[in-house]
Amino acid sequence: MALTKDDVARYSRQLILPEIGVQGQERLRRASVLLVGAGGLGSPAALYLAAAGVGTIGLVDREAVALSNLHRQILHDTDAVGRPKSESAKSRLSALNPTIHVLAFQEQLEPSNVVVRIAPFDVVLDGSDNFPTRYLVNDACVLANKSLVYGGAIGFGGQVLTIRPGQSACLRCVFPEPPAEGAIPSCQEAGVLGSAAGVIGTLMAHEALKLILGIGKPLTDRLLVFNGMQSRFRTVAVRRDSSCAVCGQAPSIQQPAFYDALPVCHQVC
Amino acid sequence: MPVTVRIPTPLQRLTSGQGEVQCTGTSVTELLADLEKRYPGIKERLCDEQGKLRRFVNIFVNEEDIRFLQGDQTKVKDGDEVSIIPAIAGGC
Repeated sequence: MALTKDDVARYSRQLILPEIGVQGQERLRRASVLLVGAGGLGSPAALYLAAAGVGTIGLVDREAVALSNLHRQILHDTDAVGRPKSESAKSRLSALNPTIHVLAFQEQLEPSNVVVRIAPFDVVLDGSDNFPTRYLVNDACVLANKSLVYGGAIGFGGQVLTIRPGQSACLRCVFPEPPAEGAIPSCQEAGVLGSAAGVIGTLMAHEALKLILGIGKPLTDRLLVFNGMQSRFRTVAVRRDSSCAVCGQAPSIQQPAFYDALPVCHQVC
Repeated sequence: MPVTVRIPTPLQRLTSGQGEVQCTGTSVTELLADLEKRYPGIKERLCDEQGKLRRFVNIFVNEEDIRFLQGDQTKVKDGDEVSIIPAIAGGC
């Protein structure tokens, strides 16, 4: 389907980028991205993906919008307090760009549904808020050969890593095991500034767009670390671990599972 | 000029909020010992009872992961930059 006149008007400022053009815009329209979490990272990420014209955006989030979310979860607004985040997200994204499809999944990702949930999507963005889900998503994406963008934010900074299963380091290659409960202070204890989450979430969307368009250099085998106090970006080299439990030479993880009991949302951050 | 050690956000409450501290040592092991001397309690966040680095934390010397260098025996010298980077789950 060719671009409509409205499409050309809507996307004109990115269509004129030689690296995108009409072909790139059509790639975006054919693409599908799943966002795990419609919170501090999912909010900016979803907004920029919808704005850019990604044809199908899925959001998985079990929670309802709370007042304490609104200093950073910019996808939602005060009227949405009490509504499921996935629904609030769908309303907002559809208003921003009515030409795309938005799928709302008001649920928690678990071993029983993660495989079927990620299957139809090209890229997964992990903006979840607990380690069990992060490792579950990593493992599921690696096993399904699904590109994954991992991002985390706390305090005034955060980190981003793009994962191409079988090609670049996955989360377990970099952090083979999650912290014990309480080892890292939670968001509720340490706090986070909305704009820090905004930087990280936007970078995650940026990575997804590059992957879809097939342009630029993804953050594979490079962990980007943002120090928001000094406004400094660094990347540190990471690499695949041949003894990685899920993507190594003799993987012990053959199917996605929680490493622990069901995650508690304030468990770690 | 000593070694600059970057402290990640989740551990900054142990370094009086500082994101960057100066330490002395000729290896990562010595550096961690010096870090513990200056900021008691930080080492057990980073290392287990056997003194091995916990597996949700990585240390980079001049942006290279020490797991691919000489581990905690990796040499450091004055002027080097060492980053302590833990996994972050926060997405909320």
